[in-house]
Amino acid sequence: MTKTSDTGRGGLTRRNILKGSAALAGAGLVTKVTGFPAIAQERVTLRYLSTAVNQAPDIAAKAAEDLGINIQYITVTTDDVARRVVTQPGSFDLVDTEYFALPNLMPSGNLMGFDASRIDRAGSIASVIRDGTVNGQAVGLDGTAPSEVLYLPEESATSFATEETGFLTLIPTTYNADTLGIRPDLIEGEVDSWAALLDPQYAGRAAILNIPSIGIMDAAMALEARGDMTYGDKGNMTREEIDATIEALIEAKRAGQFRAFWTDFNESVNLMASGEVVIQSMWSPAVTAVRTQGIQCRYQPLKEGYRAWASGFGLPTSIGEREKDAAYEFANWFLSGWAGAYLSRQGYYPAVLETTREALEPYEWAYWYEGAAAEQDIMAPDGRLLESAGATRDGGSYEERMGRVACWNAVMDENVYMIRRWNEFIAA
Amino acid sequence: MRPDLATQAAGAPVQTGASAPARANARRRRTSWSPAFVPYLQAAPLALVFLVFFVLPLGATFAVSFWNYNGYSMEPAFTGTNYYDVFYGCVANLPRLCTTFSTYLSTLKFVAIVWATTLAIGFTVAYFLAFHVRTLPMQIALFMVCTIPFWTSNVIRTISWIPLLGRNGLVNQTLQSLGITSQPIDWLLYSDFSVALALVHLYTLFMVVPIFNSMMRIDRSLMEAALDAGASGWQTLWNVVIPLAKPGILIGSIFVVTIVTGDYITIGIMGGQQIASVGKVIQTQINFLQFPIAAANAVLLLIVVLMTVWGMLRLVDIRKEL
Repeated sequence: MTKTSDTGRGGLTRRNILKGSAALAGAGLVTKVTGFPAIAQERVTLRYLSTAVNQAPDIAAKAAEDLGINIQYITVTTDDVARRVVTQPGSFDLVDTEYFALPNLMPSGNLMGFDASRIDRAGSIASVIRDGTVNGQAVGLDGTAPSEVLYLPEESATSFATEETGFLTLIPTTYNADTLGIRPDLIEGEVDSWAALLDPQYAGRAAILNIPSIGIMDAAMALEARGDMTYGDKGNMTREEIDATIEALIEAKRAGQFRAFWTDFNESVNLMASGEVVIQSMWSPAVTAVRTQGIQCRYQPLKEGYRAWASGFGLPTSIGEREKDAAYEFANWFLSGWAGAYLSRQGYYPAVLETTREALEPYEWAYWYEGAAAEQDIMAPDGRLLESAGATRDGGSYEERMGRVACWNAVMDENVYMIRRWNEFIAA
Repeated sequence: MRPDLATQAAGAPVQTGASAPARANARRRRTSWSPAFVPYLQAAPLALVFLVFFVLPLGATFAVSFWNYNGYSMEPAFTGTNYYDVFYGCVANLPRLCTTFSTYLSTLKFVAIVWATTLAIGFTVAYFLAFHVRTLPMQIALFMVCTIPFWTSNVIRTISWIPLLGRNGLVNQTLQSLGITSQPIDWLLYSDFSVALALVHLYTLFMVVPIFNSMMRIDRSLMEAALDAGASGWQTLWNVVIPLAKPGILIGSIFVVTIVTGDYITIGIMGGQQIASVGKVIQTQINFLQFPIAAANAVLLLIVVLMTVWGMLRLVDIRKEL
């Protein structure tokens, strides 16, 4: 008995020694080849938590090249981002999350503010994010508008400041205006209102999101457009408004209005591309994805306006000093143009328009931001053809799209009640 | 009879007809070479794994189901609110069903459909493999063929139905080109039908395996005896094969019933997320950080599943049959 274990231990030691010497040999080799001393400080790594939509290997590679910072992506779904921030704040160094999640995230004390004085272009962040205006015109602020949750009274505050301060909750990365996607080849007539989502004409061929906080907003846009309801604040409904909205949804569901619901970006692409659905709430890159399959799909502008969203970088309180410096450096780099141009080519809007304009080709800027017809073929960031020359962007220019925002993605005060009723709708 | 056989098989000198204390002595003598705590030590690793990965999480779930929560935090408490919320409107709104009841009713419907179908198919396949395929290598080969679908993931096997059943899918195209239908059939996909179909496809093997196993243990001479005694094929099936295959049927049924009760991915994908399932309700609540009410729902689901299994175990004494 004892003997066996002795030899066992001896073997282990011998193996360890072998391993150790192999590692030493390896280290020696590295030193010889690269010329770096083995004790040089490693490159700093930022663990970047966000949804797949905001993560591009190209951006990480470019950041590594320009800044010498390793970006390590942690890919999760929208809901999981919020869950990770609240329950595992030590598992990331930088989070890219939506502004509407902030009323739930900040009270946890797991996020801290960015010091605006360390962000070079804090003053140039788009006005629609900073104060809810486009070209001096106010946009709709129903829901959790970014301008309402952008500032903190101090770095470690857990509630928001009502006016501009030196601390920002999130540094905006991307934002956009969402609307309905349609299959123009399978739809007769014009769609110009959110009411079309509940139009019996499309019974069995419509879809909405099964993400309650967003799905109920789309339903509210449709009900208000149809003249059934008027809401005080679609992004923050009262119990009565929630009840009425869910009742209307249940009625539509029983009448066979919906073909399916979707939660995942790819599901919406498949529903649309396969022709199961001809009208549905959709996200911009999903429309692009359908089109790159050679299938007609339009991101239809509607007269009631858009439902907007915005996301941005947040800093966890538990971040180390080195990582914190790197995060500031990365955020500054992100606003400096290259990343903004990259995201623009996917159809998103970046925080700082000036630097993005410099980084884009003039014909690209004209197509994406000015609503002009494309002078040349428009390419996706990966080099695939997105639009042939002559095409114009659905919805037109930046001003026409962001200027016609009616409401923002939100989490309601009555969220718990809303989820309960939403589950009732699904079970109906 | 059985304990004697067991001890004799183990090589212990047991005298037949010995009194109970003597037998107990014999057993003690037989194991006296190792200290009494050794069996506990041997069971410890598995017990530890169970404790850490099963009992503790379950205990935590149970405890959290009594906590308070809001959008971003939860705090320890002892409140029945979550359970009250789970059954919200269940009594007040009668005869209209509340969310929880209608969800369980819908789940129960799928359990019944899928159980009956997988049992019928699974029993038939197992019967064919066990009694109609003559050689063992062939039996093994055909059995392996049954497991081939398991080489890919559940989700892929589910999703692969979609291009087949969709409005412009293969089935509809074929029906239309043959002139059988003039319009696409909508209920093929995102309906109760597609959900049941996918579930049956996924879980039939869980019936085949245990039933086949039970059937292989049936002594062939019993069937010959039945035949000699003048029983028809159906009589043999009903009076010999089915009673002896009962443990397999029960084990398969437990698999299918518990899996279908907790399933939400297949129901979600094939039902176009329009069909409620308990798992989906829990997932939605977890996504919105409503852990305590999700925990309450999970506890309820566990109770329902345990009661089902308990009820099924009462039908067949599985320990005796094995």
